[in-house]
Amino acid sequence: MKLPIYMDNHSTTPCDPRVVDAMLPYFTEKFGNAASRNHSFGWEAEEAVDQARKHIANLIHADAKEIVFTSGATESNNLALRGVVDMYKEKGDHIITTSTEHGAMIDPAKSLEKKGIKVTYLPVDKTGRVDPDDVRNAITDKTILISIMLANNEIGTIHPIPEIGKIAKEKGVLFHCDATQGVGKIPVDVQELGVDLMSFTAHKIYGPKGIGALYVRRKAPRVRLAPMIDGGGHERGMRSGTLPVPLVVGFGKAIELCAQEMPAESVRTMALRDRLQDGIMDALEEVYLNGHPTERLPGNLNISFAYVEGEALLMGVKEIALSSGSACTSATLEPSYVLRALGVGSDLAHSSIRFGIGRFTTPEEVEYTIDRMIKAVNHLREMSPLYEMAKEGVDLKTVQWAAH
Amino acid sequence: MAYSEKVIDHYNNPRNMGSFKKEEDGVGTGIVGAPECGDVMKLQIKVENDTIVDAKFKTFGCGSAIASSSLATEWLKGKTVDEAGEIKNTEIVQELNLPPVKIHCSVLAEDAIKAALNDYKKKAETEEKTEESAASAGA
Repeated sequence: MKLPIYMDNHSTTPCDPRVVDAMLPYFTEKFGNAASRNHSFGWEAEEAVDQARKHIANLIHADAKEIVFTSGATESNNLALRGVVDMYKEKGDHIITTSTEHGAMIDPAKSLEKKGIKVTYLPVDKTGRVDPDDVRNAITDKTILISIMLANNEIGTIHPIPEIGKIAKEKGVLFHCDATQGVGKIPVDVQELGVDLMSFTAHKIYGPKGIGALYVRRKAPRVRLAPMIDGGGHERGMRSGTLPVPLVVGFGKAIELCAQEMPAESVRTMALRDRLQDGIMDALEEVYLNGHPTERLPGNLNISFAYVEGEALLMGVKEIALSSGSACTSATLEPSYVLRALGVGSDLAHSSIRFGIGRFTTPEEVEYTIDRMIKAVNHLREMSPLYEMAKEGVDLKTVQWAAH
Repeated sequence: MAYSEKVIDHYNNPRNMGSFKKEEDGVGTGIVGAPECGDVMKLQIKVENDTIVDAKFKTFGCGSAIASSSLATEWLKGKTVDEAGEIKNTEIVQELNLPPVKIHCSVLAEDAIKAALNDYKKKAETEEKTEESAASAGA
């Protein structure tokens, strides 16, 4: 087993070597511009792009023409949100989303609010799921878009997207889904989900960074978007700019591999995740699972270790790449807004760690991580005045803290 | 963010980690911070003849918070009560090479020192008064 161990697969994933192999010729021999219509270099590139687009469309049960390539999910989210608002502003000025979306959705939404768009941020329950009835009740005759993520990037909770899709359809409101964490990990079918727009990206599924896609429905309804980038009319005019052919090819290959391997891979990652969860939770007291116990991404585990601060914990296991909801790991000094939205107390939000199991995680790495986590938590609890007080029977909630 | 070697050293080998009994003679206890804020420091001093002969800490917080309090206990030992009151958070920042986002950890350590000193002084005053009243009652 090699150190350090990478267990932060929600953040990004390594490129699968098979993806890199597929990409390489498109940097050198097959370097043509996919928009060059007059020579074989262009045709070759165009064919590679078409092939990739087909693989991507197939995985999500869409038509190849409905795939718009972007630089990544952040751009896809921005294009969906701003593109719809711009195109349909005569129709209405109201958007519905949730309070636990990724920053790539929350930030553009906040920016649109400054321009006079009204945004409803729906709450989630303690497992992180939005109630479809809340979505229904939030819809007004001014609502032009509902945007709800498929699976949360921190806690892995999967939203009831098909139910929300039905409501959106019934009410005639466009529905965008940020499926960045879900595509390639769990089955995604845009027809079953009932989504009109969907964002996803290559680097979360063992493809290269710098390429993503926005699914834009062409039929029932035909979604129109105002482009954010003009010039050349690529991607049906919705996203101009020369396609990065090697990245597109890598994205296509990554998706092709996910399609082939998802059934076995999801079982394997879930088994490793469950072992990690049991190994840690059986050995330590006062450890709490964040998110939904079952409606969760197969590789996700997010737990809070009471009386121990997350960043200190990461420091204790620094040969393992993980992430924490602790304020100390963010620029704002506020603990995870996602955990706070679930009703997790600030103290436990500060104590949370996110584990992301992926394609290349091994059972040995999981065993090693369990062992190291237990030791680090015990070391820090030994050092923790809160643990000491709790052991003495002090109810920490009744203590008057000298907050600073 | 990369930690300085000194922070890592204090984290791995915390100095004077532990607790004194609060009610013990000459012990001053300071608890500052709040769990909601992500850091709580408990700093204790043991004073004999106006000199801090021992100090202990327990900290819930990030590595820099742990290091700041660990370092504080090292510095407190051997100082008089008045000298201890002179310790500034900026000295801790300098010694541990704390980055700007971690300055609050050093502030918390300074607050913990002050709180422990105050607790000690308060206890000493009450003891004096009890002794005085005991003495006058005896006369």
